[in-house]
Amino acid sequence: MERHTGTSRRSLLGACLGGALRLVAATPPKSKVVLARDPQLRSPGGSADSARVLKIVDRAMQSLYGADSPVEAWKKVVRPGEVVGLKVNCLSGKGASTSTVLVEAVCERLQQAGIAQNNIVIWDRLNSDLESAGFRVTSRKDRIRAIGNDTSGYDSELAIAGSAGSLISKTLTSVCDAVINLPVLKDHGIVGVTLALKNLFGAIHNPNKYHINGGDPYVADVNTFGPIRRKVRLTICDGITAQYEGGPSYMPQWSWPYNGVIAARDPVALDYTGWQILERKRAEKGMKPLREMKREPLYIARAADEQHRLGTNDPRFIDVVEA
Amino acid sequence: MAMDRRTFLTAAALPCFAARAAESEARFTKEAKFYEKLPYKKIKCKLCPRECVIDDRERGYCGVRENRGGAYYTLVHSRVCAAHIDPIEKKPFFHFAPGTMAFSVATAGCNVNCKMCQNWDISQSRPEQVDSTYFPPERLAAAARQAGCPSIAYTYSEPVVFVEYVLDAAEAGHAAGVKSAVVTGGYIQEDPLKQLCRRVDAIKVDLKGFSEKFYKEVVNGELKPVLNTLATIRKQGVWNEIVYLVIPGLNDSEQEFQGLARWVKSELGPDVPLHFTRFHPEYLLKNLAPTPLPTLERAKAVSDAEGLHYVYIGNVPGHPAESTYCPKCRRAVVERAGYVIRGMHLDQGKCRFCKQPIPGVWGGTSIL
Repeated sequence: MERHTGTSRRSLLGACLGGALRLVAATPPKSKVVLARDPQLRSPGGSADSARVLKIVDRAMQSLYGADSPVEAWKKVVRPGEVVGLKVNCLSGKGASTSTVLVEAVCERLQQAGIAQNNIVIWDRLNSDLESAGFRVTSRKDRIRAIGNDTSGYDSELAIAGSAGSLISKTLTSVCDAVINLPVLKDHGIVGVTLALKNLFGAIHNPNKYHINGGDPYVADVNTFGPIRRKVRLTICDGITAQYEGGPSYMPQWSWPYNGVIAARDPVALDYTGWQILERKRAEKGMKPLREMKREPLYIARAADEQHRLGTNDPRFIDVVEA
Repeated sequence: MAMDRRTFLTAAALPCFAARAAESEARFTKEAKFYEKLPYKKIKCKLCPRECVIDDRERGYCGVRENRGGAYYTLVHSRVCAAHIDPIEKKPFFHFAPGTMAFSVATAGCNVNCKMCQNWDISQSRPEQVDSTYFPPERLAAAARQAGCPSIAYTYSEPVVFVEYVLDAAEAGHAAGVKSAVVTGGYIQEDPLKQLCRRVDAIKVDLKGFSEKFYKEVVNGELKPVLNTLATIRKQGVWNEIVYLVIPGLNDSEQEFQGLARWVKSELGPDVPLHFTRFHPEYLLKNLAPTPLPTLERAKAVSDAEGLHYVYIGNVPGHPAESTYCPKCRRAVVERAGYVIRGMHLDQGKCRFCKQPIPGVWGGTSIL
């Protein structure tokens, strides 16, 4: 007997869903990257005005989360009772590290969003790095903590992903429920640029092992470690003072007042966008693009590939918004 | 405002601990020997072929050398994180003071990142991430002597990255009548290597594979500089043995064994001991099985056929290929079972049965 080939309920549903899935696959949601800048950000003395910094952070957050108020936006990131880590970048001391004014702005809004001050932890690799960037190291649990991994220590269990094997900071794995990544918009002499993805090297015990080959694939691999992938919810890149050459050390001759922040939930889209900003500045200053300097940040594309899926580096799917 | 007891103790103790930590750090910190100053307070490390260019306040690949204001410092001089008294056969050295114990030390750090590292917890860490003790050269030499060890072995992690300490300790050791033996991956530049050769008595090189592909993908290093190291050691006249850890599916092909044996014979001569050792799953290669014994035996057979005189099988206790055989009369001149010497049939470095000289450092006699 010939098999009946009419359309069954299952095949009808399958056909419809298949079409829908193809449609979804063809148009993935765009990753939003928000640029918030203020040409008047600095006081006449040259230092950033804290009230104006708070305002650009607010504008970035409201735009990123489509919220009517800054606090409403922050409530979409964190929940009361959570311990929130702020991963700053302090290796280069004052000048090319995460600004204390930016961290103060984030802390203020976190508290208004219901995070008690004793549930906020500012952290980086070393106490000495934090101090050199202007943060007062304290592990007292009745106030905002600032602590280096050299005090908090590392997990004893080895995290393995791709080519990377590392111990992860206990601050990230055991203390924090959520992490806000606060890198700096700057050049890096080995891996090209150091932004959202690269800043998480400060969460592992052996970052020195992963600068070879321009950080590729290591930067992407490290960002796929379970605790990092699960807990980092947002990146606000500090572009108050940015640096287009000579990083990661502070080189005032290659720094400029970008006077802004870049915010995104997708770290790859943020890195791609930040990289383009640095490239434009290099071109404006008559410098060669990073590709010609043999330090194009290829790890950004790696982070977007099928194996890592940390976000998108395709400009067609990045929605860059000025807030 | 009155301070409660806890606050007072905390406030009082913290600066004290901080001061002590800084003082303790200073003991381990010495200006590095091999580097070049660059503009903008950068430096270029000239210790290993990697030649890391390092910004101020940053460290190189090894994690134990730091740029401080445009000068480069080792942070691991006398900073010992592992110290044990081991049979010299464990290193393994089979032709260097057999049957003796070696006072074995390591610091944190390594200039490669082997996926099979069995000591990754110290080799892939920074010095401040592991517990260490202050063990200056004179004290190390005295401890070795007191423990009845005729040699100090610099091992477990990578002595290249603590070379300043090795140089100083070897000198102190010689003054106390204690030899020095280095266990290394051999990824080092020629100048520091030559300085090392002038001070130490034996060097065992872990030749981790025999292809650039393996070195790139599994070791994070390069093969060519390691081969140069072996040739330089030979020219410098320092006793040398080679270990080749055989990893299933990664460096165990017939071509590699043959290429290795031919290279050793032509560049170093047939008398350099070559140890094929069994791999056990470790670190980033826990998914692999231990090396099958037939693979090790094949490696030895290939090397024997190429004309090497002293080919061993390691990490297989009780295997006949742990013993040393006279290449002339074929009788066992050093009988081993694991790390234990069961019989020594050497007389002034010669086979007791046929008087054939057996190369090595035997007691007080060196035959190179």
